[in-house]
Amino acid sequence: MEFFGISLPGLLSQLLLGLVNGSFYAILSLGLAVIFGLLNVINFAHGALFMMGAVITWMAMNYFGINYWVMLVVAPLIVGVFGVVIERLLLRWIYKLDHLYGLLLTLGLTLLVEGVFRSVYGVSGLGYDTPDLLSGGTNLGFMFLPNYRAWVVVASITVCMLTWFVIEKTKLGAYLRAGTENPRLVEAFGVNVPVMITLTYAFGAALAAFAGVLSAPVYQVSPLMGQNLIIVVFAVVVIGGMGSIMGSILTGLGLGVVEGFTKVFYPEASSTVVFVIMVVVLLIRPAGLFGKEN
Amino acid sequence: MNLKNIAVFGYGLLFVGLLLAPVLGAYPVFVMKLMCFALFAAAFNLLLGYTGMLSFGHAAFFGGAAYVAGHVIKVWGLTPELGLLLGTLSGAFLGLIVGFFAIRRTGIYSTMITLALAQMLFFVALQAPFTGGEDGLQSVPRGKMFGLIDLRNDMVLYYVVLAIVIAAFLLIVRTVHSPFGQVLKAIKENEPRATSLGYDTNRFKLVAFVLSAALSGLAGALKAMVMGFATLSDVHWTASGHVVLMTLVGGLGTLSGPLVGSAVVVLLENKLGEIGHVLAEMTQIEWFSTLGESVTMVTGLIFVVCVLAFRRGIMGEIIAWLQRRRGDGKL
Repeated sequence: MEFFGISLPGLLSQLLLGLVNGSFYAILSLGLAVIFGLLNVINFAHGALFMMGAVITWMAMNYFGINYWVMLVVAPLIVGVFGVVIERLLLRWIYKLDHLYGLLLTLGLTLLVEGVFRSVYGVSGLGYDTPDLLSGGTNLGFMFLPNYRAWVVVASITVCMLTWFVIEKTKLGAYLRAGTENPRLVEAFGVNVPVMITLTYAFGAALAAFAGVLSAPVYQVSPLMGQNLIIVVFAVVVIGGMGSIMGSILTGLGLGVVEGFTKVFYPEASSTVVFVIMVVVLLIRPAGLFGKEN
Repeated sequence: MNLKNIAVFGYGLLFVGLLLAPVLGAYPVFVMKLMCFALFAAAFNLLLGYTGMLSFGHAAFFGGAAYVAGHVIKVWGLTPELGLLLGTLSGAFLGLIVGFFAIRRTGIYSTMITLALAQMLFFVALQAPFTGGEDGLQSVPRGKMFGLIDLRNDMVLYYVVLAIVIAAFLLIVRTVHSPFGQVLKAIKENEPRATSLGYDTNRFKLVAFVLSAALSGLAGALKAMVMGFATLSDVHWTASGHVVLMTLVGGLGTLSGPLVGSAVVVLLENKLGEIGHVLAEMTQIEWFSTLGESVTMVTGLIFVVCVLAFRRGIMGEIIAWLQRRRGDGKL
């Protein structure tokens, strides 16, 4: 079967690859949005936290023989604790300042963390094997489905949906949303807002690390793997607007798919297509697809 | 001595120092590189320090202009002055495009837009045929300026670069003190108020953006001519981060800050290896001798320290100290 001169299986496999990238965009932009909502900080270090998730997973396998499934839980916990340290030690001093200082502080943090990992592992990629349970693929008749990629998409969407559910539908989420609107009033009602802020940052960091663990078998694990991703995620955030959780998820996935299609039809533009879309969105709807300008 | 006299004295000292530097044995190419970055940072500061817009895409103007200048001089065989002019114009043109989109949003979104667009240009530079991809644009000839001044001589080029950088810096000083500059400051302080006073703030922001981009372009074109190459690292986002750091270290919104900041950052990066060896000898800690390979780490650390404890920057602190000592707030 052919589709605009490209075989259907080829098209579908690129679509899947796009969905895999889109899953990472979704998780990362979701974390950025949650952190920005409560902390008013654009977390440039999100890419570095993502990278930490992947590298820690690789380290655990290589030095201690700890497998993927354990790390899927442990790596986000470690990075989450790192997030607590960052928030307590550094970020809390700058909440009252202009946004730009938050960006610059987390940028410095990114360079610091990447520099540390670089001085140990260099810049070349480290290979990580797909866990046995998910290696190989399934033949669906019309396409060959690599199990691991399917798992990444399913796991990411599940985590995104859980996050959405917690934030939009539970009492904890209601506190969080109230804290985003008016932290002082929430504090007056007896909610410990500083702790909430710390945990929110830790949660965002853990989400990024979770995506990092998922990415270890698909991408090359390297100290620089986060920095190019984070810029695309910034564009995703501008396109989607940070106002809505579901908006971040949908925009992330959608842009991943668009990128996948571009790889099929016009490969030269695949690295720039997200930025082009950003330009178009800015022209038509400056506040972003799901955003509201204030 | 009041502040103004101190400033005049400081600039005078700097001017004499730069005039004499190559005679006193400083390596001219290195000092020229310093001056290019000083101009770049001063141009950037015009936007961040005086208009309050954080652009994270200035590498696009700097590096883009470096490619354009290098290309027209090397491949089209144009004269150096035309190369500089076209480089500056390309910086202005890119600034117009990026600025147009950046001012459609405010604050942090606007910063992310500049970063994204600059990254787009990076990918274009990576793939476009005329940039030489990963290798960059190598061996750009210097040629003769106006057909008369032979720039192949380092000393001659040095004084030409010095004159151009000083002229550009004076333009920045003039802009800051002009009525236009005052409106920019008003926008930085309180944009809605500036709007309510009848200023079309978006137009002012765009003009400031284009001006800053054009001067960054001039800096990039000069750098391409001095060093004889333009590479991907000039358009990479880390170069944008670099210029932010220089301005921050020197002092946001001070005229002299970017000059001091760029000198500190460039010197530190070039001498980090040596500093590491000295530290290793002093403290007997072996690890310090590998410091030269960890430039990113040190840069990151400076960023963190500056944001947390040193937001006024070197010149900002000095000016604040002088004002405190005099007990008045006037400059």
